[in-house]
Order: sequence, then C-alpha cells, then structure tokens
Amino acid sequence: MSPLVSIRDLRVAFSGVPVLRGVDLTLGKGEALGLVGESGSGKSVTWLAALGLLPRHARVSGSARLDGRELLGAPASQLDQVRGGRVAMIFQDPASALNPVLTIRRQLSEALALHRNLSGEAAKAEARRLLDLVGIPDAARRLEAYPHEFSGGQVQRIMIAMALAGNPDLLIADEPTTALDATIQAQILELLSTIRREMNMAMVLISHDLGVVAENCDRVAVMYAGRIVEQAPSNQLFADPVHPYAQGLIGALPPLDGPRRRLVAIPGTVPDPAHMPVGCAFAPRCAMAAEACGVSAPKLAPIADDRAVACIRAEASRRALLGIAAE
Amino acid sequence: MSPPLVEVAAISRSYSMRSGMFGRSTAVHAVDGVSLTIRKGETLGLVGESGSGKSTTGRIVLGLEPPDRGEVRFDGKPMAATGTVAWRAQRARMQMIFQDPLGALDRRLPVATQIREPLDIHGLGTAAEREDRVRELLRAVELTPAHGARYPGALSGGQRQRIVLARALATKPDFLVCDEPVSALDVSIQAQVVNLLCDLQAQLGLTLLFISHDLRVVRQISNVVAVMYLGRIVETGSADDLFARPEHPYTQALVSASPAPGRRSAGRIVLAGDPPNPAARPKGCAFHPRCPRAIARCASEVPTLSAVDGDRQVACHLVTGTQARDAA
Repeated sequence: MSPLVSIRDLRVAFSGVPVLRGVDLTLGKGEALGLVGESGSGKSVTWLAALGLLPRHARVSGSARLDGRELLGAPASQLDQVRGGRVAMIFQDPASALNPVLTIRRQLSEALALHRNLSGEAAKAEARRLLDLVGIPDAARRLEAYPHEFSGGQVQRIMIAMALAGNPDLLIADEPTTALDATIQAQILELLSTIRREMNMAMVLISHDLGVVAENCDRVAVMYAGRIVEQAPSNQLFADPVHPYAQGLIGALPPLDGPRRRLVAIPGTVPDPAHMPVGCAFAPRCAMAAEACGVSAPKLAPIADDRAVACIRAEASRRALLGIAAE
Repeated sequence: MSPPLVEVAAISRSYSMRSGMFGRSTAVHAVDGVSLTIRKGETLGLVGESGSGKSTTGRIVLGLEPPDRGEVRFDGKPMAATGTVAWRAQRARMQMIFQDPLGALDRRLPVATQIREPLDIHGLGTAAEREDRVRELLRAVELTPAHGARYPGALSGGQRQRIVLARALATKPDFLVCDEPVSALDVSIQAQVVNLLCDLQAQLGLTLLFISHDLRVVRQISNVVAVMYLGRIVETGSADDLFARPEHPYTQALVSASPAPGRRSAGRIVLAGDPPNPAARPKGCAFHPRCPRAIARCASEVPTLSAVDGDRQVACHLVTGTQARDAA
C-alpha cells in the first residue's frame, strides 16, 4: 500500500539556524502516529513546514508528499485544497484559533463553503451534524453561540468539528489536550479515537506526554534536536526503548503505582540550535556516549521490522537495558 | 510520628464576582471548610483540577490572603497579623515557589542578586556572609557561581526554577509551598527538579505543601495526598495507598484518566460533563452531576469528610468505612 504521507530529508532553518535537520517519516492511510519530544525538538515545525505554514524567512528543503504529490513549493492554489481539506490541524490553545466575534455557525459554515461548496441551509444542517458528532449537547441552539459561551473542553470539540468539516484524510493534533484538565483530556482523547475509527482517518498526535501518545497511537516517533532518534510501534517503544534518549524519557516519568523509585533524570539540557554539537546531538547528555558519538551524527537505521534507531550503540544500549531489566 | 508543623482548621474563602457590567454580584466559594495537617519533614500533596481551590488554599496557608473563616496555625501558634514584626519573623520561615520561574524573577538583575535579596530584606548576616550563603545555595541547587552572574533570560527553564528554589531556601525556611513547580518543564528536566526537591527536603528537613494537577509527580514526592473538588477536600490518605485504591468516585476517575505507557485506554472511566464552575456549585455533593454512581441523596445532602480505613478519609455517601459500618 502506498503511504498517505511521505516526508524525506525535511530540513528547516530559521535565519540560518537549523531547527529541523533531516526528518524522514511515512504515514499510512488511517494510521495513528505519535510524535514525542521536548519543546524545540521540531515536532510541530515538521508539519508546519510540510503544509507550507512557516513564515517566509524559514528555509525549507527536502520533500513532503501527500499521496505522491509534492507539497513543498506547490502553488498556493493546490495547498489551499490540502490545508483544512485533506489535512486538518488542531492546536493546543483552541480559544485563540476561533474568532471571538463570530458565531460558531458562521465559522463552521466558512470551512464548509471553502472545502465542500455548501451554503445556506445545507451548510447549517452539516454544521449541526458536526457539532452533534463531537458531542456538543443541544447542537441546533448552540450553533448561534459565540466561542466565549463554551468551556475549554467544548471549544476544543468545536475545533475538532471544524477540522472535520473538510472530511480530512489526515488530522494533525498538536498538543490537543495540554491546556485541558485531566478528566476533560480523557473525554477529548476518547472523542478523537472514536472519530478516527469511524472516519478511517489518519492522525498525527503531537504531545510531550508519553502516556497520551502511548495509549492513542499505533506507532511513535521520538524527536530530539530536530531529528527522529527512534521509531517503533508504541507498545514496543514503551516496553523496550533502545535509544538512550527514549530510555531517559521513560525513566524520567514517575510511576503511578508500584514501589516508588528515584527518577532517572537526563542530565543537562537540550543543545542550543545555533551551537549544535558535532556528531550525535544527544551525546553531551548521554550516559553511554563514546568517542565515536562526537564524530558524526548517527543515521536512523532499522533494527527490526517497523523499528528504527539513530544511535551507534543501539546494540550495546539494548544489551545494557536488558541488564537493567534482569536486575 | 513527627508533630504537625502546619495545621489548617476549616478555612473558607469566597470572592465576589459580577457577571456582566450590570449583573448582580455572586459569591464564589473558592475554598470551603478545608482542614489539613502537615507534619514536620513530610510532604502533603494537594491535587485537583483548575478551579478546585488548591492554589487559594496554598495562599491562605502562607498568609498571603486571610481566610474568611477558620484558622491556620504554624508551629503551634496562630499566624500573626499581616505586616507586624511577628509576621515577618514567621514569613522568613515559610517560602513559596510558583509554576512560572521567569515571571518570578526580575529579568534585569543577575540571579545571584535575586537569591541574596531575602537575606537583605530579613537582615541576615554580614555582606560577606551573604555572598558565601549565595554561593552555598547555588551549589545546593546544583549550579555554579558562574550561573549566578547571569540574567534570567540567559538560563534554561529548569535552571531558572533552580534559582527560584535557591532564593526560597535563602532564609533557611522550615516550610515551602510549591504551586505547580514543575508543570512548565519538559519531562527530563522535570525529573531533575523533582529529584533535587526530594534531596533538599531530606537534607534540610523541609516540610512541603506540594500543589499540582499531575498525579504522578505528586505521588513521587508526597507522604500524604488530599484531593480537592470545588473548594472541598473529597479524599485524603497516604500517597501510595490513595492512588492504588482510590475510594471517592472523583479520585477514581482522576487516577483512571492519568495516561500510562503500556496500558491501552480500555476500562477508562471517562466522566461526562464539564469541569465545575465555582460560581455555580451544584447542591448536595458538588460532584454528583458528573458522578457515574450518584444516588438521590447526593443531590440534596453534602457528604462530610469521614474516616474510612486507617488514615483514609472520604467525603462520599456511597463510601462507608469500617467506622461508619460499626456505628450503623
């Protein structure tokens, strides 16, 4: 099966400072991919670059194809069909993505007119169906309400409704629940997975929360300093992480049950993009770094079916991990 | 068991809020009859969603805000009136840390100067002693004197939070209120700061009130946990036991909503409805409109926090412990 999205060697630089340093990703139809990493690792920039949403001073190179058609450098008319149509995006702060002085109906109708050529009563009926779909009670009446009349969780539901207006093949959810309370986060994640199943839609879930990604995605890519360092099916990644950074992220997460243990913190901080170390970007913080790590950056190489790691000591660290597990 | 350092007895605090320009003002009960005991050298974790009153509780405990009713006692004595000499002396023994370190630091002063400020304010030591103390504090939070010469803008988020922590420790306080201290930090940095906080607590015998919405971090650091919902404590107990066997339906939903790697969302309790509005608190048990197990009684009668088992206390009509059963 040909992939829905395939990204090859995507690179982005802001005013000469590289922030994305060669990202390769593929996404199948209907697949849920999780993207984790710390702030500044390039999780969001990857998709903003692929969709041509970065400001003009950003230098983008490489390739991003949707169903085989190149998106980078595509004419605006073609991108307008893709953005909000075939690929929709929702963000962390839903309130700032809605216009506060227009009713929900007007804002939903705008998306429906643009991507589905619906107007008048047809648009209103579809807007109502979408609000019903995302679980807004009393949809017919609430269509005439303004964004401030909804709670934070409901506004995120409305953003999801708007994203669904163009019947997208791919939904990019960028930290969709980070600003929400725990019980509301659970509601929104459940809604997303139900909709994804029913519409057979692919999803990219960008999050700093490993738990959220693990539970809602088939496959996870871990990003560090503008590169993907490990890619694996989510159950395998969390049970048996190979890259020292992925191991560190999981070790840093306090457990909710079982015995309490001291957290395994990753020392140091993320390198400054303007002064990236030669070689592996994680080497200065890595407990297993060897001399060779400082020489050249490791490539993302397959270690099994569906699994790839960018670490010259992938094999060694794997053994070390097994050693820890045996203790 | 160590003696209590902070005793909070039935504190309440309400604010008045006006809806619209000409609307009538309504009372918002941010905190309603909260009682807590924090023992010396221990950590009490306060958990809840936004609007549950956990930060207001922290502010009242520190004396930053007076309670409408109830009392806070520190080391056996009631809190002194704000602005008095006794209050100043008491305040030097208690400090706080907030979520946003950049907002808590002055961007135009080198951080070492800011760490020294509490020493200047409380007039502790000579100039040379203060300089020594600043270097000692920087070392305590695992930074170097070179970091002290920098401005907040030149430090990372984790380093800034260490500076805030160093400043809070400057006056050798006994009690620290931490309000979401690691929520703005990335996971790997969060672990560094949590470990540091645990180490410092062990070294200095600090007593902590740790306020957070993150159950994992709270469990990691707390001895006792209290769960708040709409201004009231709905459940309290020892940290390990409470998260392993939550009794209150709200705590159960919170624990179940906390995502875990390696566990698919099957069997998750997903609460219906929106987070509660403190200005329109439901009658009876405030949680009953969202509670999957609510019965008729829950809509009319407010459950009181009562002992269930050991040190566990729960405010729910449906949870009856050994004591309640014995009495019946």
